Amino acid sequence: MEQTVAVQMQKISKRFGAVQANHEVTLAIKRGEILSLLGENGSGKTTLMNMLAGIYYPDSGEIYVNGQKASIRSPKDALALGIGMIHQHYKLVDVFTAAENIVLGLNESQSKRQVMEKIQAICEKYGFQIDPNQKVYNMSVSEKQTLEIIKVLYRGADILILDEPTAVLTPQESERLFQVIRNMRDDQKAVVIITHKLHEVLSVSDRVAILRKGEYVGAVPTEKATELSLTEMMVGKKVALDITRSQVEKKEIRLQVENLSCYNQEGGKALDKVSFSAYSGEILGIAGISGCGQKELLEVIAGLAPAAEGSSLTYFPPEEQQPKSLLGLSPKKIRQNGIALSFVPEDRLGMGLVGGMGMTGNMMLKNYGQGQPFFTSSKAPRTLAEKIRSELEVVTPGLNTPVRRLSGGNVQKVLVGREIAAEPTVLMTAYAVRGLDIHTSYTIYHLLDEQKRKGVAVLYVGEDLDVLLALCDRIMVLCAGRMTGIVDAKSTTKEELGLLMTGPMKAAYKETGLLSQEQENAQKGEGHEKE
Amino acid sequence: MDSMIAWLQAAIAFGTVILFGCMGEILTERSGNLNLGVPGLMYFGGIASLAGVFMYQNSVQAAIQARIEAFTAAGGAAQDWRPTGLFSFLVQQNAAAQSWDANGVLGIVIALVCGFGAAALGGLLYSFITITLRANQNVTGLTLTIFGTGVANFFGGSLVKLSGGVGQISVATTSQAFRTGLPWLSSQGVIGKIFFSYGFLVYAAVILAVLLHLFLFKTRRGLNLRAVGENPATADAAGIAITKNKYLATCLGAGITGLGGVYYVMDYIKGTWANDGTIEKLGWLAVALVIFATWKSVHAIWGAYVFGFLYWAYYYVPKVFPFIQLSRKSGELFNMLPYAVTIVVLIVVSLRRKKENQGPSSLGLPYFREER
Amino acid sequence: MKKNNQKTAAAKEPLFRLSRRAQMVWYKAWLIRAAALLIALVLSALLIYAITKMNPFKVYGTMLKGTFGDSLFVKKAGRLSLNRTAWTTLRDVMTLLCISVGLAPAFKMRFWNCGAEGQVLVGGIATAGIMIYFGGSLPTPLLFACMAGASLLAGAVWGLIPALFKAKWNTNETLFTLMMNYIAIQLTSYFVAMWENPYGSNTVGVINRDTKIGWLPNFFSAGANNDFMWNIIIVSALTIAMFVYLKKSKQGYEIAVVGESENTAKYAGINVKKVIVRTMILSGAVCGLAGFIAVSGSSHTISTATAGGRGFTAIIVAWLSKFNTFVMAFASLLIVFLETGANEIASQYHFNTYASKMVEGIILFFIIGCEFFIQYKVHLHIKRSTKEVAD
Repeated sequence: MEQTVAVQMQKISKRFGAVQANHEVTLAIKRGEILSLLGENGSGKTTLMNMLAGIYYPDSGEIYVNGQKASIRSPKDALALGIGMIHQHYKLVDVFTAAENIVLGLNESQSKRQVMEKIQAICEKYGFQIDPNQKVYNMSVSEKQTLEIIKVLYRGADILILDEPTAVLTPQESERLFQVIRNMRDDQKAVVIITHKLHEVLSVSDRVAILRKGEYVGAVPTEKATELSLTEMMVGKKVALDITRSQVEKKEIRLQVENLSCYNQEGGKALDKVSFSAYSGEILGIAGISGCGQKELLEVIAGLAPAAEGSSLTYFPPEEQQPKSLLGLSPKKIRQNGIALSFVPEDRLGMGLVGGMGMTGNMMLKNYGQGQPFFTSSKAPRTLAEKIRSELEVVTPGLNTPVRRLSGGNVQKVLVGREIAAEPTVLMTAYAVRGLDIHTSYTIYHLLDEQKRKGVAVLYVGEDLDVLLALCDRIMVLCAGRMTGIVDAKSTTKEELGLLMTGPMKAAYKETGLLSQEQENAQKGEGHEKE
Repeated sequence: MDSMIAWLQAAIAFGTVILFGCMGEILTERSGNLNLGVPGLMYFGGIASLAGVFMYQNSVQAAIQARIEAFTAAGGAAQDWRPTGLFSFLVQQNAAAQSWDANGVLGIVIALVCGFGAAALGGLLYSFITITLRANQNVTGLTLTIFGTGVANFFGGSLVKLSGGVGQISVATTSQAFRTGLPWLSSQGVIGKIFFSYGFLVYAAVILAVLLHLFLFKTRRGLNLRAVGENPATADAAGIAITKNKYLATCLGAGITGLGGVYYVMDYIKGTWANDGTIEKLGWLAVALVIFATWKSVHAIWGAYVFGFLYWAYYYVPKVFPFIQLSRKSGELFNMLPYAVTIVVLIVVSLRRKKENQGPSSLGLPYFREER
Repeated sequence: MKKNNQKTAAAKEPLFRLSRRAQMVWYKAWLIRAAALLIALVLSALLIYAITKMNPFKVYGTMLKGTFGDSLFVKKAGRLSLNRTAWTTLRDVMTLLCISVGLAPAFKMRFWNCGAEGQVLVGGIATAGIMIYFGGSLPTPLLFACMAGASLLAGAVWGLIPALFKAKWNTNETLFTLMMNYIAIQLTSYFVAMWENPYGSNTVGVINRDTKIGWLPNFFSAGANNDFMWNIIIVSALTIAMFVYLKKSKQGYEIAVVGESENTAKYAGINVKKVIVRTMILSGAVCGLAGFIAVSGSSHTISTATAGGRGFTAIIVAWLSKFNTFVMAFASLLIVFLETGANEIASQYHFNTYASKMVEGIILFFIIGCEFFIQYKVHLHIKRSTKEVAD
């Protein structure tokens, strides 16, 4: 098979504020080849491809398309060069039919019949099945994805980029998609799949390129790769981090979760029978590719989302009081029951804080109802705000400056500071250090460890495996809403976590007995072993 | 029977005013802009057409006077004067009175151009403030209504005085041309009365509504425009120029809305002006009609006539059904019907959640690419 | 080979670029607003000059005189007091302010209550109804309590209806409240026809003209020249109370959180639906009370002009004042000044009074537009230099 280079990216760099998303990445995309772009969350895969699709413009570096230097400033430019990208979040107009979405924005003078014929031809050529007259809002996720692919093919794209195409598909749908992708490769198109699922990489692609923390690690032909070798390249050598992990002797069960399931907005299962226990004096890490149910898990516990039937969620108060079920309790009810549950959500300004209010206003978000009957008291919140400002070194022009105007790190300090100040018995954090600089990140790690020492049960949802390994005591791994294992952070390896995160290795680990042992522990509700 | 016919005629005439207003607003809202300046735009259209025609008729009249004077000074008799050269296109002979007057057809053209143009300028102002300066659409629209009401009623009340004349403003000749029914057809009995007795704008409105529907739902440009109103981020990614589409739809929509004012002034109240706030009332009815028609101009046609029918019900119900006697106060309750019906439609639409009947998804929301 | 549009793409350097400002110092922001106001006033003056050929400075002099009278204070019965014109101006300011204050909580919650016009009218109807039917039979304090109570209730109901549908089915409140206005207007016409006096006049006439029952009384004594003192007291109290309510009360805090982000509100355990309904009851009730003030405290009659478009003007006042009720007082004063001033010019030159609306529109456009320069920084690309404007 002849393989000409379709796109050559030369030393591409891109920076968003403090975050270096891509650093001098050099990558070739060839015709007649399926290239997998592999990497962890935040490794810069999507950013890199967005620069080909015209969403972002590189800070430095050059892009050559078909051997000629190209400047891609908009999706329109990209399409003119034959580059089409299918984003994770589909860009479709709901009330339009499939055919209408396909021709959207094109200034061609073709009759409806011609359009239909062209769509038909594309479908036949690659084996798509779609009803051009169906409205998008009546379509399943996989139909929408098919539509997106047809849309870029209709526009004459011969370099296709698919961002996490199987994230929302069933295995059967994924297999059908792969067949289509193979057909496109055989048609001498260049195909890039952004993914982190190793078995998919191995089964569909011809070559694998790996990114780690924004940098290009290397590329290998798929036939020479194994799951283990790829994982190694993806997660890298273990980095020694100077994160304190205190030892706490006294541990007691604080939260017991059994068979917890819940549904997402589309009605699919976001969590599927997850069971685990959280103990005081311990940080339980929750690892997984983003969107595997971490957000839902914390929101269900916090009372923000309903759990499905058959779930059980029990809170064990300190000092031998009666256990309480948290199921069906609203955040307010949880507080009224005297349960000190703190939650640092992923969406800091959209959920955890009120962007338009100052620190003082945000301090009373959860307890404004206390105190005198009608008026809020501003004294206590102001004192608290002062305290957090000085203790966590929050940089803000004033306590009443809207927190929206603060930098990301300071926003997070305000949020974490408030949640810790509530003296929780359970503290849940979601991506607590995302987008923060190193210094602030360490402040947060330190705070969490301090809470652990105070006897708080900490749930830490994170994405950086090095941090998870260094900070947590145990790590639970979620994959597509299911728990694939709970491992001891001190004895496990990044490779082991990587394999658990990428899915169907559950069976293998069951054999080793690691998973079942953990589950037993969880169900017994005793202190865990494996120290 | 005659009352029933009169009722239908009143409904259709009334409906035409709000049909124009509604069509313009449909075009605007399809681009995602909720322009609450509809009453103001109708005012713009009405006063601009009136002012334009007024000046045109006045200056032509003056020119005729001057020429006749010159003609008689040269020894001719006044009744023997005939326009010559290009001037003859500007005038027409009033057959009955044996006098000369401005050309009514030209007056129509001037009225339409002025009315459409002034309202489109109002739309441009709205677009500039909401799209370029990113101000809130509701507040800007309401201000446009205040401004339009002020400008129109100020000039409407002062036009005669400003031009140095006295008395009530009136542009009878052009208005007459506006109100001419279809020849022959309009004299064909009941059918002629009900269907063919109106000025040309009534038919133009219906044709325009159909054309607008075809444009929005059968052409690529219409498709692109609707995409802008539904999901600007998607439209942007598909290479559609968001700002251009919004500007164009809003300005053209405003112009069409303005035609509602032109029809009201030139045809409905026969080329005069009244500071009674009726246009404002009609403007809000046009906004209501957009919802009633579920953002589809073909539905707006019959919707407009239903609104007109309901609006005049208080007056015609006792005439058509002599056994029902309405006091004036219950007539006022009848006038509530179009609004009440609209609210019911609004609720039903939000209840049923059928996507096609909802307004454009991003209606009233700003779109700025860098903030996505 | 695909066509290469690299050249056109490279040439697409935008003419200017926008960036959101961090936060502008408050005095700079007010300087921009003042400048916008000034430009608008100059423009209006030019317009007036173009029409009337009046000296623009004289025009504003006339407007001032029309608003505040020849001299602000007059000596009457040995006491110094405000002149009649200034009183009337104050009265109008109070009515507009009252409606704006009513809208404040709704807007702070990002609920587009465009129905103030109707809420004022139903409040006015309720007041007039009680004046007419119970004017002779109830003792005065009870009568006033009933009138105020009825107006509050009527306005609350008018605000509650769209709120319920918004909370339950997310029905578009902008359009709903707009339609409610016209239902209220028709309802007013209905009652005007019902209470017509004298017969055939199509107006209600001055209610209780001789007995003055149900009229908000003079403050100190019957002869004192302070006709609208009660209006001022009630509205000022409301303004302060609403300011405190929004800033300091728990409910005000909830309103602020819901307005910022419903997700945050849920996270904090706030019942969003309850807050929407409760706030709209309050908003409608205060607007209804404005109807009471307009009927009992100034016009002593009811007609569709009782609200007179103030419900719409108040929307703009409330929005531009960023929910701060004290700023609303200034904004209301400005608008009433423009209206009465322009009316004065109109009457001197025998133009109609709509000139005021025209000037009002121009000024509002400028004030709305200038917010852009407070929120955004414009970077112009002129060759290599990056020049900043509007700072």
